[in-house]
Amino acid sequence: MILAEDLTKHFDDFVAVNGISLDVPTGRVMVVLGPNGAGKTTTVRMLTSILTPTRGRALVAGFDVVRQAHEVRRVVGVLTEHHGLYGRMNAHEYLEFYGNLYGLSSREARRRSDALLEQFGLASAGKKRLGEYSKGMRQKLALVRALLHEPPVLLLDEPTSAMDPESARMVRDAIHTLRSSERTILLCTHNLLEAEELADQVAIIRAGRIIRTGTPENLKRELLGAPEFEARLGSSLNGWTPDGLPEGVHLTGQGENWLRFGVEAPDAANPRLLRRLLEERLAVVAFSEVPRSLEQAYLEAVAQENRQEAARV
Amino acid sequence: MFKRLYPALVITRREVRDQLRDWRIIFPVLGLTVFFPFLMNFTAQQMLGFVNRYGATIIGERLVPFLLMIVGFFPISVSLVIALETFVGEKERGSIEPLLNTPLEDWQLYLGKLLAATIPPLLSSFLGMSVYLAGLVIGGVPLPPLQVLFQIFSLTVVQAVMMVAGAVVVSSQATSVRSANLLSSFIIIPVALLIQGESVVMFWGDYTTLWWAVGGLLVLTVLLVRVGTAHFQREELLGREIDVLNVKWMWRVFRREFTGGAAHFGMWLTRSLPRALRDMRVGIWVAAGLAVAGVAIGLSIVPRFFLTLNVADMDQMGGRLQDLLDLWSLAGAAPVMAIFWQNMRVLLLASVVGAFTLGILGVLPLMASTAAVGYLYGLLVSNGFPPLTFVMLILPHAVLEIPAAVLATAAVIHAGARLATPDSSKTVGEVGLAAFANWCKIMVGVVIPLLIIAAGIESWLTPRLALLFFR
Repeated sequence: MILAEDLTKHFDDFVAVNGISLDVPTGRVMVVLGPNGAGKTTTVRMLTSILTPTRGRALVAGFDVVRQAHEVRRVVGVLTEHHGLYGRMNAHEYLEFYGNLYGLSSREARRRSDALLEQFGLASAGKKRLGEYSKGMRQKLALVRALLHEPPVLLLDEPTSAMDPESARMVRDAIHTLRSSERTILLCTHNLLEAEELADQVAIIRAGRIIRTGTPENLKRELLGAPEFEARLGSSLNGWTPDGLPEGVHLTGQGENWLRFGVEAPDAANPRLLRRLLEERLAVVAFSEVPRSLEQAYLEAVAQENRQEAARV
Repeated sequence: MFKRLYPALVITRREVRDQLRDWRIIFPVLGLTVFFPFLMNFTAQQMLGFVNRYGATIIGERLVPFLLMIVGFFPISVSLVIALETFVGEKERGSIEPLLNTPLEDWQLYLGKLLAATIPPLLSSFLGMSVYLAGLVIGGVPLPPLQVLFQIFSLTVVQAVMMVAGAVVVSSQATSVRSANLLSSFIIIPVALLIQGESVVMFWGDYTTLWWAVGGLLVLTVLLVRVGTAHFQREELLGREIDVLNVKWMWRVFRREFTGGAAHFGMWLTRSLPRALRDMRVGIWVAAGLAVAGVAIGLSIVPRFFLTLNVADMDQMGGRLQDLLDLWSLAGAAPVMAIFWQNMRVLLLASVVGAFTLGILGVLPLMASTAAVGYLYGLLVSNGFPPLTFVMLILPHAVLEIPAAVLATAAVIHAGARLATPDSSKTVGEVGLAAFANWCKIMVGVVIPLLIIAAGIESWLTPRLALLFFR
């Protein structure tokens, strides 16, 4: 649904985006992570046909972003960094205006906006001037605007950055729902917890280039090594030392009543490991994976990139 | 057609609604629409009473349409503020990006905003003029002729659209309302001069000239709209950082255009300069055509402004020329420089005026000069002098001076055409800078050398040749 190949954008001598390739199938969420100025917004602007790529090509919902810009804009809903609300309008007027621009009749725009305002908890503020809206309300309304014409592709830049936890949850739930209704979503965020929750795929972008891409699990494995599993024991180890651990398993830490193992292939190795522990008559009361966050993986990716760059210099 | 216009009208409707909710726009417009015409009405009646007492009724007659023009102009001046706000304000607040993400085409967004910035001030202008005219009728003051009323209404409409179109061009070079306001002097000053010129024409009573003003402004407006639409594009609206003065970049653009890629002076002279002249051949033909038209105009006005030349005075020409030659020695550079500077001043004036009007008014100095030449020739021949008199007095230096003026004017026309030609890969500033560099190239490479040689001929050779003839 979103396909980009070697997408590149130069502004005079400055290379904002350098050979980005993406492939987001229908009904999937790709999260783009990266520091400020990494090229996320420029990428989104190329995918919405606002900026013309200097090199490369991109298809959105099957339409070429250069040659079929008009069609691309029809099928894309965009939540931009700047919400672009008009302070002297109310939500109904604002959404009717955008509905009309997307070719909806005023009645249809009103019907859809009523439903969306209700869904996002803004129904009671429909007649309030947008200048009086809080940051979070503005962001929700901008999201409503992006969804108004029911686009099959959504490009969302920081959709929950200004929201309180309750609103952010509401928006994340909405994104889950949209994914299950076969919408394709590209989401730029700095919120790694949100990324971990929502992403089917993650692309880490830095200085205009994608430095890592994959599913969150694959990225963690790739960047942080084999997953770790912890065995909690009902009694003390009493000087027990692990010998003869199954192949692909190694001890990474131990305490008074716990053991931690690095496991290369958990599906195959974990049953053997558990059997081994039980053979040793250790009273295993819990066996679980040690949680590792996408944040750790992201920071590791950036650190690796920094090291490589330092080495190049 | 309406289907294609509809999105533009949606934009207009929103913007107008927004303006009607802004007291900072409503109050001044109301004041200028309702109260100001009353003031002008009162002024007109007082002035008429005063001048009629002294028998200067003509001043009163001319004052009435002049005040109508002023009443109409004041509300439309608001259109400039609205235009800057609607074009740059949206950019500055970031509300333009969601609009750019919609299926709107660039021209629809441009048109919607152009209409929004033009229609409300124009309506208030018409209302103000109606209030003023109604006041005249009630006060028993005779109304200006219908033709003059129509001219003033036409001027008001064209000026409003021109200011907004100019504001869009200015807006394309600004990312904040503050910087746009600073740049708006490029619109305000020429418009102020224009109003002064129109006032002179109205008090002069030569209303036919107003049609020329309407026509000229219409052409300028069309060109400004063309430039505006060329640069009112998504990429340019969001993709450029243009508020910072980048001298290095400016120099790079200038040098690239000026040198035309030439590595040394010889290459510049033999390749870059001829290429530049070839590129502006259409401008050269247009300027040459206008120069010929100027001569024709000069010849045509001889009967209207005929002067009888005194043959006795002409007989003394030889003595006068001798006096001149005593002053202008063959080795003296002062007269050469004086003549050169005089010609340069005229061509510089042409380029300055041309820069503000996309080349349109830049042709006037050339036409005025060739009209003077035509008039002089016509006058001499009409007074029975042989054409050779003219040839001796003008031709030796004119063979270089006129081509120099034609080339300089062609460079101004070419620069105007470049500015008015859509080029989405460059900003207005970049195109302007390149056009300026090209103008400099023509001036330095051809026009200035020709003018220096022509000035030398005019001060050293022409008087001596003429002296041979008049003796």
